Amino acid sequence: MSAKQILTTLMTALAFVMAVTMAQAFDDMPDQVSIGIMAQYFDAVEFDHEMHTELGEDCSACHHHTAGTGTADERCVRCHADSDEAATVSCRDCHLVAPFSAEQIQREAADVYQFHIDTPGLKAAYHWNCMGCHEEMDGPTDCQDCHSRTLEGDAFYHADAQASATEEGGH
Amino acid sequence: MSGISRRRFLAASVAGCAATTLAGSKKALAAGSFSGYPDGMGVLVDLTRCIGCRSCEAACNKEQNLPAPEKPFDDKSVFDETFHGGTQKRRPDENAYTVVNRYDTESASEPVYRKVQCNHCSEPACLSSCFVNAYTKTPEGAVIYNSKVCVGCRNCMIACPFNIPGYSYSSAFDPVVKKCIMCHETRLKNGLPPACVEICPQEALTFGKRKDLIKIGHQRIQTHPGRYVNHLYGEKELGGTHWMYLSSVPFEEVGFDPNPGNEPIINNVKDFLSTVPMVLAIWPAMFTGFHLLAKKQDGHGDHEHDVEEHHDEEGGAQ
Repeated sequence: MSAKQILTTLMTALAFVMAVTMAQAFDDMPDQVSIGIMAQYFDAVEFDHEMHTELGEDCSACHHHTAGTGTADERCVRCHADSDEAATVSCRDCHLVAPFSAEQIQREAADVYQFHIDTPGLKAAYHWNCMGCHEEMDGPTDCQDCHSRTLEGDAFYHADAQASATEEGGH
Repeated sequence: MSGISRRRFLAASVAGCAATTLAGSKKALAAGSFSGYPDGMGVLVDLTRCIGCRSCEAACNKEQNLPAPEKPFDDKSVFDETFHGGTQKRRPDENAYTVVNRYDTESASEPVYRKVQCNHCSEPACLSSCFVNAYTKTPEGAVIYNSKVCVGCRNCMIACPFNIPGYSYSSAFDPVVKKCIMCHETRLKNGLPPACVEICPQEALTFGKRKDLIKIGHQRIQTHPGRYVNHLYGEKELGGTHWMYLSSVPFEEVGFDPNPGNEPIINNVKDFLSTVPMVLAIWPAMFTGFHLLAKKQDGHGDHEHDVEEHHDEEGGAQ
């Protein structure tokens, strides 16, 4: 086998591996995500992931460096320019549901070399990520456009049915 | 005055002065050694993140079992309420331990929202002013109070540099002071963040150890040039507070006292208070000494003079 043949074989193999990896990555990608982990005063958000992937330039617009598509953020790029796809790309694996729990505060105190000392919790991560873009791209920005308030939520805000109807009519 | 008595007089004076200086410095040292609880918890309030949704007010109301509000918590018309001829915005009171206010500022095109509640000072003025010791600064960072011992004197309301404590004027027979306690009883002492922090959709409120929040606050200023004014309000103000603030506009534009000084309120009276023991304990002894010395000197003189003086005094009394 000549050197050229070996190279071709290797290249083909590499291309195949890459194609499989990419396909797997996109296979893993959900079309629809129901964000209900924090639902209480508001219902779960039915997030159309497929539609949003078509809007974004690349995955990093929402997933930072974790999707393996690089990152353009000048603050992140110093360390994460060549970061591979992370083991997990799900928001809640980095952005915690309870970012201020005693365990989490202990954990952060124990890790003195931790660089990301100010990672927002899951609720803030969603709101910042969604709202920032929605304002720019004229997406929905009213609370109940994404998640309608539950009866428990009405009671929490001391807004009875009539009051909330007026509130909605006002918008 | 004879040589001996003068020497004794000087010796007595020097001893007295030394004693007072020593007593004074010891007191000042003891009083100055308290530097708060750096491991105590606090909250970093980022005004650039607040959207004025008032969810924190609703969460506080629920957690503290406060009476139902006049307007629902999703009603934004409360931001237009002003008091005292438009000079004052909403303030916390007996029915609401926290309120959010909206500011239309010169420096920003968008309105800026600011949440108001107790700042949980490291050296609280309310605590210093309370003569029944109703207030406690807990190691967890909260300034709490015991309404069972509160006599309703309202000294703390005058002492507080942030105008925070409210008063239950509605209670005719047992009016007491009411304010934010950082959810100490129900949450903080169990390792949970205050209810307002947990509900905030924007994480405008970051909960953590005060010393860590200072680090985070400065890091935010550094990593987002142009977003913040270069000041972490509460890091040093009035001896430090456990609630600290970051803002995109100068703090005076959003209702903060821009320069309350870095000394805790107690320092205004600490020097005076440290002289109280001196006055009470040393002055009587010192002046008795002077008096005795003076008397002893009088003993060397003739007795007629003494009698004359006596006459004078009697005449004066009549």
